[in-house]
Amino acid sequence: MIAEIGLFSLVLALMVAIVQGTVPFMGAQLGRPNWMALAVPAAVLQLVFIAGAFAALTTLYVTSDFTVANVVSNSHSAKPLLYKIAGVWGNHEGSMLLWVLILAVFGSAVALFGRNLPPTLKVRVLAVQGWISIGFLSFSLFTSNPFERVFPAPLDGRDLNPLLQDPGLAIHPPMLYLGYVGFSMAFSFAIAALIEGRVDAAWARWVRPWTLLAWCFLTAGIALGSWWAYYELGWGGWWFWDPVENVSLMPWIMGTALLHSSIVVEKRDALKIWTILLAILTFSLSLIGTFIVRSGLLTSVHAFATDPTRGLYILVLLAIAIGGSLILFAWRGPQITGGGFFQPVSRESGLVLNNVLLVVACLVVFVGTMSPLVLEAFGEKISIGIPYYNITFIPIMLPLIFFMALGPYLSWKRADLAGIVARFKLIGLVSLSAGLATVYLTEGGAVLAALAMAFAIWLLLGALMEWGERARLFRVPFIDSWRRIKGLPRSAHGMTLAHSGLAIVIFGMIGASSWTVEDIRIMRPGEWANLGPYRYTLEEVSEGQGPNYFSQTARFRVFEGEEEIAVLEPEKRLYPVQQMPTTEAAIRSGLLGDLYAVIGEPDGKGGYAVRIYNKPLVPWLWFGTIIMVLGGLVSLSDRRLRVGAPGKKRKSSPTPAPLAGGEVKATT
Amino acid sequence: MTKRLIFILPALIFVVLVGFFVWGLQEGRDPSIVPSAMIEKPIPEFDFPGEPLLERDGFSDKSMQNGKVIVVNFFASWCIPCRAEHALLTQLVEEEGITLWGINHRDKTEDAKEFLDRLGNPYERIGIDSGRGVVKWGVYGLPETLVVDREGRIRYHHRGPLVRAIIERDLLPVIRALD
Repeated sequence: MIAEIGLFSLVLALMVAIVQGTVPFMGAQLGRPNWMALAVPAAVLQLVFIAGAFAALTTLYVTSDFTVANVVSNSHSAKPLLYKIAGVWGNHEGSMLLWVLILAVFGSAVALFGRNLPPTLKVRVLAVQGWISIGFLSFSLFTSNPFERVFPAPLDGRDLNPLLQDPGLAIHPPMLYLGYVGFSMAFSFAIAALIEGRVDAAWARWVRPWTLLAWCFLTAGIALGSWWAYYELGWGGWWFWDPVENVSLMPWIMGTALLHSSIVVEKRDALKIWTILLAILTFSLSLIGTFIVRSGLLTSVHAFATDPTRGLYILVLLAIAIGGSLILFAWRGPQITGGGFFQPVSRESGLVLNNVLLVVACLVVFVGTMSPLVLEAFGEKISIGIPYYNITFIPIMLPLIFFMALGPYLSWKRADLAGIVARFKLIGLVSLSAGLATVYLTEGGAVLAALAMAFAIWLLLGALMEWGERARLFRVPFIDSWRRIKGLPRSAHGMTLAHSGLAIVIFGMIGASSWTVEDIRIMRPGEWANLGPYRYTLEEVSEGQGPNYFSQTARFRVFEGEEEIAVLEPEKRLYPVQQMPTTEAAIRSGLLGDLYAVIGEPDGKGGYAVRIYNKPLVPWLWFGTIIMVLGGLVSLSDRRLRVGAPGKKRKSSPTPAPLAGGEVKATT
Repeated sequence: MTKRLIFILPALIFVVLVGFFVWGLQEGRDPSIVPSAMIEKPIPEFDFPGEPLLERDGFSDKSMQNGKVIVVNFFASWCIPCRAEHALLTQLVEEEGITLWGINHRDKTEDAKEFLDRLGNPYERIGIDSGRGVVKWGVYGLPETLVVDREGRIRYHHRGPLVRAIIERDLLPVIRALD
């Protein structure tokens, strides 16, 4: 019964989406307010129905209803409750349902909080959201019905892939989808603007918070996935340049570019066409990601089970959505006029450079991801791995980081280059010495690590100095600085946090890729191995049992000199239902790095294959990401950006900090 | 006009991309198949010694250049799929009269002996590879099977266990063409 209610609810949602996509849109075209008035209730109703369907599926999972095929394939009665719930989106059909649910959440957010949007713009945005919804709801219903019954019903389910039974991965997909789908807002606004033929500062003010929100979720989602790979796959790697990872990175890079270019639209009324294109491309890359993961187009270690019919259906959706919007862009784009002239050295130029570098970086990842497919079409098979990205991606990132530190010092229209160079003399010197010190300390080890170290310090100090200057730290009494800090717009704090967060992430990357030491060997209980300054002693290996798995747990004691600094208990699990082993790495995180141990197969003679690693600075990856997301959220809480906050009712403009150039400093 | 073209460009690029996507979705395409880099290359230099307990001589690249078409099969007793394809290999030798040489990779001699005693020994020669000899052959998992022509050139490479359909569709036609 619940399954049928869920299905019915989904069908109703599709009907509502069709109404939402057509009637109000025609109303806006023809100027009929009563038709347009349908948009808001339709968006809300759609959310109600999709949420109903989602609740139904969740209920089926929680109650282990094995008359439903999807539950049978992905759940088991002995599975812990958290994973029963996470199982809802741990599969293709359910994750599609989550996808449309999030789309509906965003849609009704515009409907409910967008009171001060120009009425036609709002209606058109909601109509575009309706079109996207029609596409994906019909995809769900026609090719991936999550409510399909199975007869006769089996006694128990086939369980969720054990690798996915993990708290990190339970929340990874919702975060990722909030990011992917969140970019649909920028897309819908871009399409609506193209239809209206007008882009102005108010438009940008509306697009920015949505983009920023999506960016925060996507950043968190990507980091969670990476964190999961780090501790669950047991190889200590955190990024593999796998196609599925790349398709989440590409919208992130584009979204970052969009975030920055929409500032120029808002403040200076320039870069409009470019920003529209970025908004379209960002969401297009999200869609392409959805397509690639579900079509079996590229090989990946973690794609969904694939089905050519589904692939074809999404491809048609892609062609309509992306093709349609790009044609619309080609047709209407030239009518949008830009404004705001600026000098080669200015905040605008800085942000253009940021955009160029980010787009090129995205292109490099795109080429790396797609070229195996393209070359295969010409009869050649290749695989592209880490070396490609090392020689292409990193050389683009380094200048990006270099200019990222300088950008915030540039004033709008025309900036004072000499003043900025003078400010950075000291930072340049510190960074250079840090780079050289790195070369010296690692005894001429990885040059790239030293280079990256110098750039990361450059960025971190640059970001902090800019913040300090605005607060006039150490120049005026501290109490005055504090007042200035409180007076700064939140988006200024946000930018400083996000930029320094990235610097911290880079430290983590350097540690993980260049300074990791590892040992793989056979150890018997009682034996020990030296690794760097530490001694790992394997004390014992014991057998155990969890709710739906059997386990072998090793106990390592780690000593530094004579002092015991950690006890590590890595586990190897066997999930009998899926006949699948998983490794649970034991990780001891400290400020300076991780101690990491994995237990492998027994050798039959009382020994075990073990892997032990010292991974310096890896926790900084996660810590830096948290800072970045925090930066985004702080910026989002800025009054001017707050979703639904009226632009004109601004009480007092935040106290601007004067800069050398005399320009009022804008915020990110 | 140029300006117009710039606006149309994104759509044009996308059309090309969709073309590749459509091509990529065609049925029967498996992107996970990694082709062998060894095809059409001469066999590598190697020397896999024999093991008296297995009652077969070993072989080297020199001994393979004897003017015969040889099927080389990489196997081990610990490899479950090898066990599955063993009967098919035996059948190939008995019914088609192919020359089958085996390479026993990282195996314990007693286990390998037991494996062959129980399932039969279709191999004319068995070389023992206790280390990384397989790498030279571009082999990265067991079982894998290659066909070497009269001139000592690799003409066919199959990764994974042989099944009847693959033998009939790919392997046998290659061997027949070379004979």
